[in-house]
Amino acid sequence: MAEQQQVLERVIIKFAGDSGDGMQLTGTQFTNTAALLGNDLSTFPDFPAEIRAPQGTIPGVSGYQLHFGSVNIFTPGDACDVLVVMNAAALKANLRNLQKGGTIIANTDGFDPKNLRLANYPDGVNPLHDGSLEGFRLITMDVTKMTRAALSDSGLGVKEIDRAKNMFVLGFLYWMYNRDMAHTEKFLVEKFSKKPEILEANMKVLKAGYNFGETSETVGVRYRVLPAPMPAGTYRNIMGNQATAIGLVAASQKCGLDLFLGSYPITPASDILHELSKYKNFGVHTYQAEDEIAAICAVIGAAFGGKLAITTSSGPGIALKGEAMGLGIMLELPMVIINVQRGGPSTGLPTKTEQSDLFQAMYGRNGEAPMPVIAAKSPADCFDTIYEACRIAVEFMTPVMFLSDGYIANGSEPWRFPQSGDLTAFKGNFITESNGDKFLPYKRDEKLSRPWAIPGTKGLEHRIGGLEKQHETGNISYDPENHEFMVRMREAKVAKVADYIPTQTIDNGNEKGKLLVVGWGSTYGAIKAAVKEARAKGLDVSHAHLRYINPFPKNLGELLYNFDKVLVPEMNTGQLNSILRDKFMIPSIGLNKIKGLPFSTSEILAKIEELSK
Amino acid sequence: MSVATNSSEAAAYTSKDLVTDQEVRWCPGCGDYSILKQVQTVVPELGIPREDIVFISGIGCSSRFPYYMETFGMHSIHGRAAAIVSGLKSVRPELSVWMVSGDGDSLSIGGNHFIHLLRRNFDVNLLLFNNEIYGLTKGQYSPTSEEGKVTKSTPMGSVDHPFNPIALALGADGTFVARSMDRDPVHLKEMLRRSNAHKGTSFLEIYQNCNVFNDGAFEVFTEKSSKKEETLFVEHGKPLVFGQNSDKGVKLDGFKPVVVDLNDGQNSANDLWIHDERDRVKAGILSRFFDRAQPGATHFPRPFGVFYVEDRACYETGLKAQIETAKSKKADLDALLKGRETWVIG
Repeated sequence: MAEQQQVLERVIIKFAGDSGDGMQLTGTQFTNTAALLGNDLSTFPDFPAEIRAPQGTIPGVSGYQLHFGSVNIFTPGDACDVLVVMNAAALKANLRNLQKGGTIIANTDGFDPKNLRLANYPDGVNPLHDGSLEGFRLITMDVTKMTRAALSDSGLGVKEIDRAKNMFVLGFLYWMYNRDMAHTEKFLVEKFSKKPEILEANMKVLKAGYNFGETSETVGVRYRVLPAPMPAGTYRNIMGNQATAIGLVAASQKCGLDLFLGSYPITPASDILHELSKYKNFGVHTYQAEDEIAAICAVIGAAFGGKLAITTSSGPGIALKGEAMGLGIMLELPMVIINVQRGGPSTGLPTKTEQSDLFQAMYGRNGEAPMPVIAAKSPADCFDTIYEACRIAVEFMTPVMFLSDGYIANGSEPWRFPQSGDLTAFKGNFITESNGDKFLPYKRDEKLSRPWAIPGTKGLEHRIGGLEKQHETGNISYDPENHEFMVRMREAKVAKVADYIPTQTIDNGNEKGKLLVVGWGSTYGAIKAAVKEARAKGLDVSHAHLRYINPFPKNLGELLYNFDKVLVPEMNTGQLNSILRDKFMIPSIGLNKIKGLPFSTSEILAKIEELSK
Repeated sequence: MSVATNSSEAAAYTSKDLVTDQEVRWCPGCGDYSILKQVQTVVPELGIPREDIVFISGIGCSSRFPYYMETFGMHSIHGRAAAIVSGLKSVRPELSVWMVSGDGDSLSIGGNHFIHLLRRNFDVNLLLFNNEIYGLTKGQYSPTSEEGKVTKSTPMGSVDHPFNPIALALGADGTFVARSMDRDPVHLKEMLRRSNAHKGTSFLEIYQNCNVFNDGAFEVFTEKSSKKEETLFVEHGKPLVFGQNSDKGVKLDGFKPVVVDLNDGQNSANDLWIHDERDRVKAGILSRFFDRAQPGATHFPRPFGVFYVEDRACYETGLKAQIETAKSKKADLDALLKGRETWVIG
């Protein structure tokens, strides 16, 4: 049969299987290969909440979605074009997210009576045979059987053999999308350098999958996805939490201060702790504290000691840190509090994403306790944003809240990484010797920032604390006038940050017009794609995305007033929208999704179209 | 904790130089005054430059302490001083760090941090002022108040079982566990010196009289009339002797402590329990000399002194060593930014 080749602009593939089926690895390998071939891409893993839910059941399904193309890609994609399912539960959990006419690649062994029963299909019903999948293109193969056959003389046990199943699927997809397997082969060589028999088995199965595509007549068509037109440069692939960790190391190096991370494990923030623990050679001190409160208090101690001090957590942990954040604000010591947001309230949806901690970041402390709040918009943007958070903290002697979320923390995208020389250095407000006068720990500079006098500095011995303090001397003061003065001073200091950040720009579209879509955080990709499509349809719509939420850029009000309508899509009930209404008194309109899932481009596009009528 | 003695110039300050310009605001007659005085007397002897000393406290009456010490200091939030000193010591192991806390601050709201500080063994001096009451909030019972204690929050008497702070510290694997009191300046100063000399978390419980809300809580240990009968000052290598005329002792019958009369002709000082600071089992038994005199029950005098000492690596030493080891690998920021795999476009 003559092989057909079809060129596609972009493809969304979802890999789904039991959490033991190695779908995350399969997805990552396919992603890295796509990146190396010059495609633009965006990914999103979809882990089960349970560590190991019962095998074969729907709660045990683990997924990985990849969107890659020869055009610019902004999100992991809405409905997928190709759904790879290793068992019946994976099909059941993901079918509603498959395009009409989309392709299903199914491992038939995962549809035996036991798997069908575990996936809650009625007795005797097999979706692969009952016609229910008409309207999709169904490609079936017995991955288990073919993997076992390929390794029949390997001498390995069945358990070890079956573990290589995912390589068969990967090989098949490499064939289907005309991909070079060299990257994965190199990866396997490194991963199994000490287990030659496992290495050989994986290589063999990978090739078997590829050859199966070539020799069987299962699929008549192969696809090509050409490189995307991306700005020239050197790229790597990066996940959000990884970019945050690397950004912290870079900030530490460029301000010349050792990094101290005080943290308590929590989903989805723990990977930052794991990542930073590897960089002790950069002078990184990681400290796994006994609880969330201890983690931030250790950070306060380290900041007092003169280091770049960071704590990482997610919503429930941030709630516990509230009192200590207030202390950080009173002490006016630099520190960054990282909240990788997840679905709340309480334990909520630990593995799902949400933007519902913005109010907590802005107001979640007792007393008048303002702090700068800054949010990353994409996995790679975590690098620049956390770097900026560190700069603000150190230059202004203040705690800074950095917001990320589960979507960008675990998502990945290509990153045109900087050279260390491109990064702007910054420095702490240190005072290193006494001028003979009485030291005034709360005497302020033009930024309203106070001096950082660390223990060990002769002649600068002083005491700080959580009690209200007298202007300049820092001595305890219960004076009513002084308290009001200090409350307003701390507020003015945070507001002053606006003088030292860039003005707000329009990401896409005109500076004036009918509709402005304002977003913050991880909604960036979906808004970007939706506004692009709407503009292509001729609609008068622009997009602005906020990195700085407290304080807002100085020109934000002016920019908002230039539009007839303002739409604010958020994965919460309208928190930024409330803040914008409060601050600028505009009748902005919310588009809210609280499903633990990111927006799809089409959801935002539909709202833009509705408002453009 | 222990910080190496520096040059003679370093110690060129006196207790007066440790007094700040802040008015001391404890109630007149409070035991805290004596403790402050003994600390200000001992610190200049230690040979530590003043700028290398940090006092960190939580919340409570005792926690005002840093404001009165002309060193670096921080008055933090309730119960968290242990966590703050842990962070500070992690990054600045060379500093002399003193934590000042109370029975509410360390054993109630900060109980978690307290036990974790002890197990990690950061090289700090932890001074726990135990007055068996909440003073700053005006007189509620504390986790060291005795059962039946009538206070504002327990008008019918407390039904809470109190902590035994020494036993708790031993249970948390503290490496230096000692007790002293505000009204014995000589002993307190000696215990402060010992605390400072120990490398690791030095836990010093200091009985402190709150003359407003719990006056006389430790009277039997401090009043001349009862002190000798009710207290047992332990010293390493010496027998456990107490009593008005040093006429009583404690001996061990297996694991069971027994009070004996040294004048009855049947026991001599040679038969007594010889205190061994390095014996964890005996320290555990000694920590249980904690009863209040009850009719009919064997009553033991309350021990003061160093219960237990152990040499164990400090957290910050291990952390520093790992960082030094890791530094043999070059810290190449560009390599970190680049990662393992890259591709070129254009």
